[in-house]
Amino acid sequence: MLRDITLGQYYPADSPIHKLDPRVKLLGTLLYIISLFIFKGYVAFVLAAVFLIAVIKISKVPFSYMVKGLKAIVILMIITGLFNLFLTPGTEIWRWWIFRITKEGAQNAVLMLFRLTFLIIGTSVMTLTTTPNQLTDGLEKSLHPLNKIHIPVHEISMMMSIALRFIPILIEETDKIMKAQMARGADFENGNLIKKAKAMIPLLVPLFVSAFRRANDLAMAMEARCYRGGEGRTKMKPLHYQKRDYIAYVIVSLYLIAMIALRIVWNTFVVPAA
Amino acid sequence: MSIILDKVNYTYSAGTAYEIQALKDINLKIEDGEFIGVIGHTGSGKSTLIQHLNGLMHATSGDIYYNGADIYDEGYDMRALRSKVGLVFQYPEHQLFETTIFDDVCYGPMNQGLPKNEAGLRAFEALRSVGFPEELYYQSPFDLSGGQKRRVAIAGVLAMKPEVLILDEPTAGLDPKGRDEILDQLALMHKERGITIILVSHSMEDVAKYVGRIIVMNQGSVMYDGIPKEVFRHYKELEAVGLAAPQVTYLMHELQEVGIPVRTDATTVEEAKAEILRVCQGRIR
Ligand SMILES: Nc1ncnc2c1ncn2[C@@H]1O[C@H](COP(=O)(O)OP(=O)(O)OP(=O)(O)O)[C@@H](O)[C@H]1O
Ligand SMILES: [Mg+2]
Repeated sequence: MLRDITLGQYYPADSPIHKLDPRVKLLGTLLYIISLFIFKGYVAFVLAAVFLIAVIKISKVPFSYMVKGLKAIVILMIITGLFNLFLTPGTEIWRWWIFRITKEGAQNAVLMLFRLTFLIIGTSVMTLTTTPNQLTDGLEKSLHPLNKIHIPVHEISMMMSIALRFIPILIEETDKIMKAQMARGADFENGNLIKKAKAMIPLLVPLFVSAFRRANDLAMAMEARCYRGGEGRTKMKPLHYQKRDYIAYVIVSLYLIAMIALRIVWNTFVVPAA
Repeated sequence: MSIILDKVNYTYSAGTAYEIQALKDINLKIEDGEFIGVIGHTGSGKSTLIQHLNGLMHATSGDIYYNGADIYDEGYDMRALRSKVGLVFQYPEHQLFETTIFDDVCYGPMNQGLPKNEAGLRAFEALRSVGFPEELYYQSPFDLSGGQKRRVAIAGVLAMKPEVLILDEPTAGLDPKGRDEILDQLALMHKERGITIILVSHSMEDVAKYVGRIIVMNQGSVMYDGIPKEVFRHYKELEAVGLAAPQVTYLMHELQEVGIPVRTDATTVEEAKAEILRVCQGRIR
């Protein structure tokens, strides 16, 4: 039931993308998102699409998984699309009552939809090919310099990885308790709002009790193994860049440079000519 | 009247990379008044199987009939089914939530729509039948020991007076006395009220002592289904899938190997004792 919900799920596969250092994927995703917001013109658009499709192909993750992420933001996309469509000033091409569509609006709407789609799919590639643990590891290492200004980077990323680790456990627990109460005749579906809220008590109380119990156990277990925060702590699997990571950096940089070049070309030649 | 499973399959996380087929073509017929033991190694699908019996899990394919009616039919009253087929989960102590133990046991009967005083009566009866000390009835369930919580949780299902009672490893983690008390109580209910009991267990001794029929699960399929003597005759095959026969079965086989002509199908200590005495007395004479 509840377990079928997927949140930024990792898809295990043996691909070069999976093997990349998480820092490369984090930075690469960030740069890709930036490139989406600087691109202008159809050539750049095609380049962004080709780049994304190539990465997906290499990652061996089925395309249907990428699209799953899109479902969650369909509403947001529709709203952004409509806003752009109706509220952009410019040359009018269609009008009815108070609604008017301009040429610029239509262009903007289409552009925005593609940007959002690429953005979501691009980040899905990262979350689908990187385990949450790798991701926090990468984040911790990338943000390490912030320690200098007294931001507890290690502690924050430890909290993050624990939280991420516990999401599936708590979902499973919710599922179990829900079933146990349903076996005792609980009814979570029918009735008015007050009745439904009341029906949640037999679910929420055991859930909180078990969450606290787990937190307690975990704290105890960490202390028993002498955990004392980030200072002087070494890693079992420290992150080291390999040859493929440098290659990936080069490819992403080339892509970004190409996008910037395309923008400059577009701005200087195509736009003035138009 | 019975429960019938017809080619039941169940797949966890179907359509994802983590697909696991937990049940494969299960065909079973469970008659009224049976006392059944379900055994199988860890992960063989026991818990998955029993959750199908009261409709908590919906088979990926296949049909389940309760008293002749298809429970997957549109408009079938699942809540009524769940109050007839009681299910005590593995580690049921995590489901307690009320402020007092007594109220928690009342939760099931109240959900069945019984008036408060009748639900209370049921709760008293259920708590007494699992041997729960009366002076603790109005304490918080969260202050109890693990074993005491277990009894409260079992009472919570017993209070609903189900026709079929399913228990998933009810005695895991209990001391020998507590284990015997609970199992004896189940046996008594089976005898007196004639309810059907399905007991999932890892203890071959318990199963051999109490049940009349054993279902052996192996990797999602039914491997053996029969009376204990027959099933434990395959003790070598059972060992191959990570199970075992009761200790006395091994004893009897060893006795026979050293030349003492005992019959090897004893599954409980009492039977073994009687059989050994019979052979010994035969020799003395
Ligand atoms: N919620 C779930 N999601 C995905 N897979 C599951 C889930 N629950 C069980 N499984 C898988 O289904 C199979 C059968 O599990 P099940 O819990 O029925 O085993 P079991 O016989 O009850 O084991 P145990 O003796 O340890 O209780 C196992 O391979 C398990 O990994
Ligand atoms: Mg189980």
